[in-house]
Amino acid sequence: MNALPTRKLEAYRYADIDALASVWSDLAQPETIEIAAQQKLQQIWLPSAADVQIRRVELTIHEHASASIFALNTATRYGRIEIDVHLHEGAHFDLHAANIGAGNATLEIVTTVRHLAPAATSRQIVRSVLGGKATGSYLGKVAVARDAQLSDSEQSIKAMLLDRGATANAKPELEIYADDVKCAHGATVGELDREQLFYAASRGMDPATARALLLEGFIGGLWDGLEDPAIRDAASAALRAIA
Amino acid sequence: MLKITNLSATVAGKPILDGLTLTVPAGEVHAIMGPNGAGKSTLAYVLGGRPGYEVTGGSVTFTPARHPGLEPGPAFLGGQSEGRRVPGQARDDDGAVDLLALQPHERAAAGLFLGFQYPVEIPGVSYLQFLRESLNAQRRSRSEAELSGAEFIRLAKAQAALLGMDPDMLKRPVNVGFSGGEKKRAEMVQMGIMAPHLAILDETDSGLDIDALKAVGAGINSIMRAPDKAVLLITHYQRLLDYVKPDRVHVLRAGKIERSGGPELAHELEREGYAEVAA
Repeated sequence: MNALPTRKLEAYRYADIDALASVWSDLAQPETIEIAAQQKLQQIWLPSAADVQIRRVELTIHEHASASIFALNTATRYGRIEIDVHLHEGAHFDLHAANIGAGNATLEIVTTVRHLAPAATSRQIVRSVLGGKATGSYLGKVAVARDAQLSDSEQSIKAMLLDRGATANAKPELEIYADDVKCAHGATVGELDREQLFYAASRGMDPATARALLLEGFIGGLWDGLEDPAIRDAASAALRAIA
Repeated sequence: MLKITNLSATVAGKPILDGLTLTVPAGEVHAIMGPNGAGKSTLAYVLGGRPGYEVTGGSVTFTPARHPGLEPGPAFLGGQSEGRRVPGQARDDDGAVDLLALQPHERAAAGLFLGFQYPVEIPGVSYLQFLRESLNAQRRSRSEAELSGAEFIRLAKAQAALLGMDPDMLKRPVNVGFSGGEKKRAEMVQMGIMAPHLAILDETDSGLDIDALKAVGAGINSIMRAPDKAVLLITHYQRLLDYVKPDRVHVLRAGKIERSGGPELAHELEREGYAEVAA
């Protein structure tokens, strides 16, 4: 059984360790998922009603297999989604995830994506909407091994802060040992646009409706690849609760 | 319909409107013309309630005309019927509201429409979703039933057709990738959907080619030319006034109305320039 992590560990620097301690005994060993060569996996991770929600997954994607994960992180106290991905030759991983919270919530998405062999691709899109004194973080490392030529990775990280007391942390990180690779990353932190808010108000939307609609627009593209409306509806409800 | 008395306003501490007085009766179209920097757009934004535009004096009274026999207007396909209810204490017995006491969204619900000189882009939000949320928020605040998705789409498509706009454009994000002319046409489609009592149109003609100008002019006439509606048309040039005939033309200069006249005043301005006419 592994010991409870401390905030000295980089992957736990923003964590709520007290909240983590309450559930750690069930989580010390991460869940493992293996996807056999050529296979495809899609998973949708919806939040539960618990105030502390932690998911730790080790995901191994074999030759020319692919995995798409859609995740919504909205725990009211502490929500942590941690994924350690091993990509074999020609494998693909994509993550579409949102942190949505207010009050004193601590929400984190922590990923390590290891390109172990040539021609694997990964794409991570993370959006955070934070109100009150909430903290939302993305810590994401992409590691490209020496012979993983033609790796292609992307990290797109954006956060929207609704109140002065809210905090967003974004730390995309690259560790590259191959020389013929493409690794893109971008991170922004912003506030709702005043011009857009006035435009919506001038058409009759009260401030809360206008904020919720603009926030849905901000994260909406995350779920574009999905037929199932469950996660889109859950995200909209979470946004309306904090807008 | 609209009575502006001695209105003064500042933007970032700088005086822009300086004792402006203007009355627009129901059933009329008034044009406001004037040189750059006269305060035309500031007037539009003050009437719309934009944050940052501070009123330092004067009053604005808005009296949405009530003609139960005439409502719904020709542009409206929904089930609007009863007299409009305005939130708060701002309304008195004859239906007049103190416009400046209302929040921007309350002004819209009271029947004011502001057409933007530079319509705002909203990536990620479709026009249909944006306008349905807007219209239903207005209807909720007037204690009217909300429109269903199907009812709203029917209304939006009819209004788009009236303005010669491809209804599929309403599925796209608000104004994203629209040309200047398409944005202005979309503003008029919005106006048709909202069916306001009073439209304040800020340089709706700027950036339009001649076909778009005709379409927008025809749209203004069909949506707003009615005994219970009025338009305040803010423009630099006379050319839109060839298609939307104003009942009155006002020259705005240095924050106040310097001169008022009939439609011929617009032609005089076009011929002789603001400096001559004002002198």
